[in-house]
Amino acid sequence: MSVLEIKNIRKSFGTTEVLKGISFSLEKGEVLAIIGSSGGGKTTLLRCLNFLELADEGTISVNSKVIYDGADKKGKNDDELRLNRLHFGLVFQSFNLFPQYNVLENVTLAPTLLERGTAQEIENNARALIEKVGLTEKINNYPCELSGGQQQRVAIARALALDPDILCFDEPTSALDPELTGEVLKVIKSLKGHDSTMIIVTHEMEFAKNVADKVMFISDGVIEEIGTPSEVFDNPKSEKTKAFLNKSFEEI
Amino acid sequence: MSFLEVTLFLLDGFKISLLIFAVTLLCGAPLGLPIAFCSMSKLKVVKAISKVIVWIVRGVPLMLQIFIIYYVPGLLFNYQLFGQIDRFMYINYGIADAGRITAVLIAFTLNYACYFSEIYRGGIESISRGQYEAGYVLGLTKNQIFRKIILKQVIKRIVPPMSNEIITLIKDTALANCIVVCEIIKQAKELAATKAMIWPLFYTGIFYLLFVGILTIILNKVEKKLSYFRS
Ligand SMILES: Nc1ncnc2c1ncn2[C@@H]1O[C@H](COP(=O)(O)OP(=O)(O)OP(=O)(O)O)[C@@H](O)[C@H]1O
Ligand SMILES: [Mg+2]
Repeated sequence: MSVLEIKNIRKSFGTTEVLKGISFSLEKGEVLAIIGSSGGGKTTLLRCLNFLELADEGTISVNSKVIYDGADKKGKNDDELRLNRLHFGLVFQSFNLFPQYNVLENVTLAPTLLERGTAQEIENNARALIEKVGLTEKINNYPCELSGGQQQRVAIARALALDPDILCFDEPTSALDPELTGEVLKVIKSLKGHDSTMIIVTHEMEFAKNVADKVMFISDGVIEEIGTPSEVFDNPKSEKTKAFLNKSFEEI
Repeated sequence: MSFLEVTLFLLDGFKISLLIFAVTLLCGAPLGLPIAFCSMSKLKVVKAISKVIVWIVRGVPLMLQIFIIYYVPGLLFNYQLFGQIDRFMYINYGIADAGRITAVLIAFTLNYACYFSEIYRGGIESISRGQYEAGYVLGLTKNQIFRKIILKQVIKRIVPPMSNEIITLIKDTALANCIVVCEIIKQAKELAATKAMIWPLFYTGIFYLLFVGILTIILNKVEKKLSYFRS
């Protein structure tokens, strides 16, 4: 049974069509890496999944239940969108931690407001997650006192605190100094196998190769190629994929 | 008149200045919030009306606004509303200037509410979209996002411009003497006219300076209190 099934998602901004019919599905616990050149629509796809943008067409199903349908009003009022969002988590390129809260409070804020348990349960869970991302020492620090890599790890713990069905990452290491990307990628890698289903947009090809179960190459709003890492990286079928991969490995 | 007598006489006037200051702040600061939301409204009509009001109120001298509020009921409805209040309160309770002070309070509150609203709007609009989106993806409601995430960041950002306005406000209260409200400068002018004493007029400056000094200390404390985070 697929945890996520997306059919024919389309999205335009004004007259430019950014997503031109995206369909794929994910099994529980699978990790999908999305690669592709700038402007291809990767961010837009993740934003559609998190309902920060509303797809014009297509359906989104979670656990075999259609939660969003571009063709009718399904899942489009504020309350439905809010509940639908809880199926997904999103880690932003720019972290977007809440600056006035310390690490612990950043992680407990949403579960507390959503009444996901007693204060004690929420705090214990948050502490466990903060330990998992290796920041127990910084638990009382404010975001402005953390490095970019540490901030991003807090953002991951914050997203995990709501236990989403599918956790999305939009270039989680792109805003980081190169020496800090490792610690974040390590944390993401450690989440694999805990039956968290993940979608990771990334430019880190090595990482995609090692961690992903599936790799998707998006170009100009369409899926050029999707398959296992070895299928996509070692035997790409599409010319565009070959050109893109050649270019990205040249850069390194 | 002794120095002490002059001081007490001026202090009587400064109490009126402080009254105008306090009421304007307590009423104008909350009133600015709905005006700010109207200025940011998605409804074009609401937005336009609110912007025009803010434009007029900020574009016309405060002294003129005091005159308008004070004289307009008489001109339009042939009823000297504030004059009547003056008389009524004086005859029944022995309180002088009640109507005039009311007119001043209305003018000041409206004027400062509009200034505050622009500060609020600037503060709210300066918060990055990412903060809202982070709240949305965590399944929070718009209301929760505003109250628990946005508000404190806005407050931090508006403390410096609000401090400026608050310090300007205490000095602006002197404008009340344009409709003969007995605030501190009016009192000093009274001494100049009846006792030929000019130095009390300059002495009033000390009252303002002391009060602004206290305000500055308080406002700096507030700013410091919010300095534990950066946004
Ligand atoms: N809100 C918007 N309004 C108008 N155009 C937009 C908007 N958001 C994205 N676009 C356009 O959609 C296209 C795809 O953008 P998107 O951010 O999804 O690309 P991306 O694959 O994430 O690129 P990158 O690797 O640079 O992050 C771009 O041409 C962009 O200019
Ligand atoms: Mg992007």
